[in-house]
Amino acid sequence: MAALRFARPALTRACAAAVRPAPTARTAMAMPAGVRYASTKLTPNFTMPTSEDLAELRERVQDFTRREIPEEVAAKTDRENAFPNEMWPKLGEAGFLGITAEEPYGGLELGYQAHCIVMEELSRASGSIGLSYAAHSQLCVNQLTLHGTPEQKTRLLTPLIAGTKIGALAMSEHSAGSDVVSMKTTATPVDGGWLLNGSKMWITNGPDADIIVVYAKTDPGAGSKGITAMIVERSFKGFSCARKLDKLGMRGSNTGELIFDNVFVPAENQLGETNTGTRVLMSGLDLERLVLSAGPIGIMQAAMDLVLPYTHTRTQFGTPIAHFQLMQGKLADMHVKMSAARAYTYATARRVDEGTMDTRDCAGAILYAAERATECALDAVQCLGGNGYINELPAGRLLRDAKLYEIGAGTSEVRRMVIGRAFNKEYAPR
Amino acid sequence: MASLRILVPVKRAIDYAVRPRVNSAQTAVETAGVRHSMNPFDEISVEEAVKLREKHKSAVEDIVAVSIGPPKTVEALRTAMAIGCDRSVHVETPEAADMLEPLQAAKILKQVVEREKPNLIIMGKQSIDDDFSQTGQMLAGLLGWGQAYGASEISVDGDTLTVRREVDGGTDVVKGKLPMVVMADLRLNTPRFATLPNIMKAKKKKVDKMKLEDFKERAENRLKTLKVAEPPVRQGGGTVENVDGLISRLKELGAL
Repeated sequence: MAALRFARPALTRACAAAVRPAPTARTAMAMPAGVRYASTKLTPNFTMPTSEDLAELRERVQDFTRREIPEEVAAKTDRENAFPNEMWPKLGEAGFLGITAEEPYGGLELGYQAHCIVMEELSRASGSIGLSYAAHSQLCVNQLTLHGTPEQKTRLLTPLIAGTKIGALAMSEHSAGSDVVSMKTTATPVDGGWLLNGSKMWITNGPDADIIVVYAKTDPGAGSKGITAMIVERSFKGFSCARKLDKLGMRGSNTGELIFDNVFVPAENQLGETNTGTRVLMSGLDLERLVLSAGPIGIMQAAMDLVLPYTHTRTQFGTPIAHFQLMQGKLADMHVKMSAARAYTYATARRVDEGTMDTRDCAGAILYAAERATECALDAVQCLGGNGYINELPAGRLLRDAKLYEIGAGTSEVRRMVIGRAFNKEYAPR
Repeated sequence: MASLRILVPVKRAIDYAVRPRVNSAQTAVETAGVRHSMNPFDEISVEEAVKLREKHKSAVEDIVAVSIGPPKTVEALRTAMAIGCDRSVHVETPEAADMLEPLQAAKILKQVVEREKPNLIIMGKQSIDDDFSQTGQMLAGLLGWGQAYGASEISVDGDTLTVRREVDGGTDVVKGKLPMVVMADLRLNTPRFATLPNIMKAKKKKVDKMKLEDFKERAENRLKTLKVAEPPVRQGGGTVENVDGLISRLKELGAL
């Protein structure tokens, strides 16, 4: 009895702690670690789009993909492993490349829900075109929007948003993937700028890019506090793309290995303050994960678009196969996975548009969507049976494309780690 | 060159890529929750009006889109303005009202013409929902204007319009003096994509709202829909071994 009575206060204290964590933020309003105000992620003239605006936007993107990215274009992009570069000016003219960017540079300032919608619908038409689109419009354009100077924006953002220049972002290296801070590319200060040396690996749009946001060590001894972001242009002497990579999926979203051999980067191309690159990088990663999470959702929708008519017309034993219970179960599970992922992504995007960003949910949205997309694509192959396993129908492509999202922009493992760390930080002893 | 004031009547219809379904009461095609967009023939007429402006610049004084339909019809007008119309007129009908018949639409359009005073009307030769293909001709008749149906090419010189029409077995070139009604066929042009920046700008363009009651002259409904049904499911065919087999099969079926 005594022991029990003794134990009770400790137990209630633990429960209370579990329900209401001790605030760690120094601000008066307690916010859990990992949550921060995202107002700095939005352009000054941003106004929240209404649900009608967003529905209309989705229809416009669908109009675009129906004209410009029919299945033949998606299949050809995959088969030939080459991005249709004439697509860039078309995307630019349509207004898709500057969804989150400021109006004076050609942007639309529609926010992240809108960006997710465009990403989802483009990925629904072609996973690889969607991925290259995100690398350009989110990784490159949005980083320039958030961290560029007015001069940089006029000079670089305008052609990127018009689609006359192609953008990329270079972070990962051979030996620095998930552990990105261990990067070996260095930039040493020289008169009037930096001298960049090293290489970057798995860079989406790398073989085609004209404007690349590159992260490099500017103070190698300082770890994460010694990284600076800078903008490399294709014309810079010493810059080259060593090779275009041959990938399992996302074929046609050109990926390359970039080499920097004594590349002089003028000071006016530095992005953000010296040695603050990690902050630029990490804040960008949250938004990157959020917008990219719409990619696997588009792939899941593409799987449904393929599977639903097929299973309702394919007849075996005198019955459309969609009427068999085992098939109904599969279709229902696919639908629920897609819808849950979509709800998570758009709820997170809405919160960012409202001004709050939660690292856990940005990582969580893509973690969830990516794994579900691989499952849905595998199910799509199965629903199509023999026809799912041949390349005449796109089920196999959807599967190969979907798998990328469990690896690119942080692996599923890293995403779980990011979420776990946010909790650890929240419960850290003060 | 005479200054052109162009009126482009447009209609919001079920999207061309949607497979239409009959409603459960078998009274009409199901429209609730179905994707709608501008009637493709009307997109072509909007494009043509904008092309005329691009070619003749300031000679095109005004391009006005007009549409008759329930509140959501304004979406079609926004698209028209995003493609390049300057402003629009929306004649609003009640949400669940029956679709207007050609003569009813033509009579309303006639009064819109009297209000807006265009000297050229470019409209789709038909809408893909009811497929009547009559409104343009009726409108020209009511106005007493010249008309050209099924245009595949339009050129303007002074106050003369030359229209190449698609007819069975070839083309037919007609000339007429303004004012005129031209009805666009599919091959007149390829409509441009309404870009997002233009859609945003179109939101600031003016839409005049009118109600059916604002129109004095109105026609009565003349048609009564008895029943709407899906076409019968096509029966699969069979194969024959050779020509002799084909002939005997045709004889069997009484076709020879």
